[in-house]
Amino acid sequence: MLEIKDLHASIEDKEILKGLNLKVNAGEVHAIMGPNGAGKSTLASVIAGKEEYEVTSGNILLENEDIEELAAEERAHKGIFLSFQYPVEIPGVSVTNFMKTAINETRKARGLEDMPARDMLKKIKEKSELLEIDSKFLSRSLNEGFSGGEKKRNEIFQMAMLEPKVAILDETDSGLDIDALRIVANGVNKLKSKDNAVIVITHYQRLLDYIVPDFVHVLHDGKIVKSGDKSLALELEEKGYDWIKEEVKA
Amino acid sequence: MDLKEKLVSSFLAFEATVDTSNTIHDLRTEAIKSFEAYGFPSKKLEAWKYTSLNSVLKNDFSLFPKSEVALEYKDVKQYFINDIDSYKIVFIDGVYSSHLSETTHDKIDVCLMSSALTQNRFKPVIDVYYNTIVKEDGLTALNTAFAKEGAYIYIPKNEAAAKPIQVVYFSTGADNEAMFQPRNLIVAEDNAEVTIIERHQNLSDTEVFTNSVTEIYAGKNAHIDYYKIQNDTDKSSLVDNTFTEQHDNSVCAVHTFSFGGKITRNNLNFYQKGQGIDSILNGVTILEGKTHVDHNTLVEHLEPNCESHQDYKGIFDEKSTGVFNGKIIVDQIAQKTNAFQSNNNILLSDKATVNSKPQLEIFADDVKCSHGCTIGQLDESALFYMRSRGIATKEAKALLMYAFANNVLQSVKIPQLKNRINKLIAKKLGVDLGFDV
Repeated sequence: MLEIKDLHASIEDKEILKGLNLKVNAGEVHAIMGPNGAGKSTLASVIAGKEEYEVTSGNILLENEDIEELAAEERAHKGIFLSFQYPVEIPGVSVTNFMKTAINETRKARGLEDMPARDMLKKIKEKSELLEIDSKFLSRSLNEGFSGGEKKRNEIFQMAMLEPKVAILDETDSGLDIDALRIVANGVNKLKSKDNAVIVITHYQRLLDYIVPDFVHVLHDGKIVKSGDKSLALELEEKGYDWIKEEVKA
Repeated sequence: MDLKEKLVSSFLAFEATVDTSNTIHDLRTEAIKSFEAYGFPSKKLEAWKYTSLNSVLKNDFSLFPKSEVALEYKDVKQYFINDIDSYKIVFIDGVYSSHLSETTHDKIDVCLMSSALTQNRFKPVIDVYYNTIVKEDGLTALNTAFAKEGAYIYIPKNEAAAKPIQVVYFSTGADNEAMFQPRNLIVAEDNAEVTIIERHQNLSDTEVFTNSVTEIYAGKNAHIDYYKIQNDTDKSSLVDNTFTEQHDNSVCAVHTFSFGGKITRNNLNFYQKGQGIDSILNGVTILEGKTHVDHNTLVEHLEPNCESHQDYKGIFDEKSTGVFNGKIIVDQIAQKTNAFQSNNNILLSDKATVNSKPQLEIFADDVKCSHGCTIGQLDESALFYMRSRGIATKEAKALLMYAFANNVLQSVKIPQLKNRINKLIAKKLGVDLGFDV
């Protein structure tokens, strides 16, 4: 579904990703772990199409189609979704209006008519219940004054609404208490299917107790240096990242 | 002969068209002398530093309308808020159009200034209020000298206007370049309520210069909502001189929506002459091309326990220019004053400019005054966030700009008017926002 080949990316001439390879098939959950500064959030931003990062070489393929030249919105239309580590506050735009605009823009790009208002309302109701989001919350300005947990739940709500092919969750567990973590993880698990894929970027193993990965990758200095199954995450939790760094040096 | 000389020398001809025996004419005679002394404001004046009228004043304006043009409602319907029931006072080239108007004398007076200035039954009100709130300068004196027509709205004690009043000034270009001096008086006595929507609209592509004076009197506990829609052509310039006097516990809001015109200067003045008063000054300015809008506000807090709230938002594209000059004066007896002012601007182009200048003169010691002005670009991180959700750059920008202006619209109390302004904003931004606003 998503294939990243020898990806090099830099910001302000500083290379962050230094030849990254990753293959994610439909129906899989991949976790990307790594110490601070390894390039985890850069990878998320580069896949989503943030222009500050320059892809200097390599490819990002979504269903065998090169997407690294596409604008962020075009990638979204093709099914890429990024759950932000720090969702942006947008005063004056309600959650509902934002979602309506996003969904209809995506439909327009796919050559579809606007979603009928009734269907939209039904979908909003269904997905907000999945994330245990109060209906009052939907008329509030997007992310404005939301708690950390509310912001993250709102990210997964948007994911539920947009039904992406590849969802990248960037540090979705940061700032969440255990209840919020459960709600968010439960939401993600329900959205998982054989037709989509999830990439969980996290520093800690905690989230992976709830969203169980098929593969765990360790990102270090802009490359994936080790891959394994979910037991690797537990090992990292226990031993930290230093042994990986040692292994790489050796 | 320049415009000033032309105006002064035409005063004699003007006198032949009005009743020179009443006191109003004494005011005119004094005012033309004042205008002769002051002249038009130049950029040398501090208050006019960023706005030059030179490109307007060089025109050879026709000063008095000669031709009477008739307009059909269906042709100008779009300039009205046409989906509400309202009173209408409509002028075409400075001349009252009874055809397009809907006035009343039932408990309240919604009619013409020309009637009010000449008929005896209005004299008691005119004697008390006319030309008493306005502060004299070159432009207001000029207006007073030639004032004979405009809107006259009188809401007596304990009465409320049953529906909003639309005051619309059309110009048709029938007299080529034309200058107009409309004069409005709005009196809402104690416990009275009124809502007014004012618009100036040039229907031709000839130059128009309007020098308007509006006096607003709010008695005790009166409520006045005043909406100014400025979306004129790029050949149309407007100096709007509005003076508001408020008494105990009155609430007066003036909303100015500036979306077009050539040069627009809003001199908006509030004098708080009682306690428990709230003055609200809101503005949304969205400009492109070479349009220039200058908001020059003054709030004088003269008594204790009053509030004022100013919120002006501006979005400037291409070579458009904006000015916000907001002055707040708190008299030394005006303790417990709460005065708030904010002016936020977004520049969409390297060639657009904004000058924002708050001026606070506070002589009391127990007051809350805040002011803030910002000039910036659209938030890039917000744009990326929206784009990552599939919203294209143009729509994302529009949504952000809409959101930026939106909180000022919250205070628009007529849903149809709010809807219209939302549509004007969406049209200005060139997008369909994708949801009902």
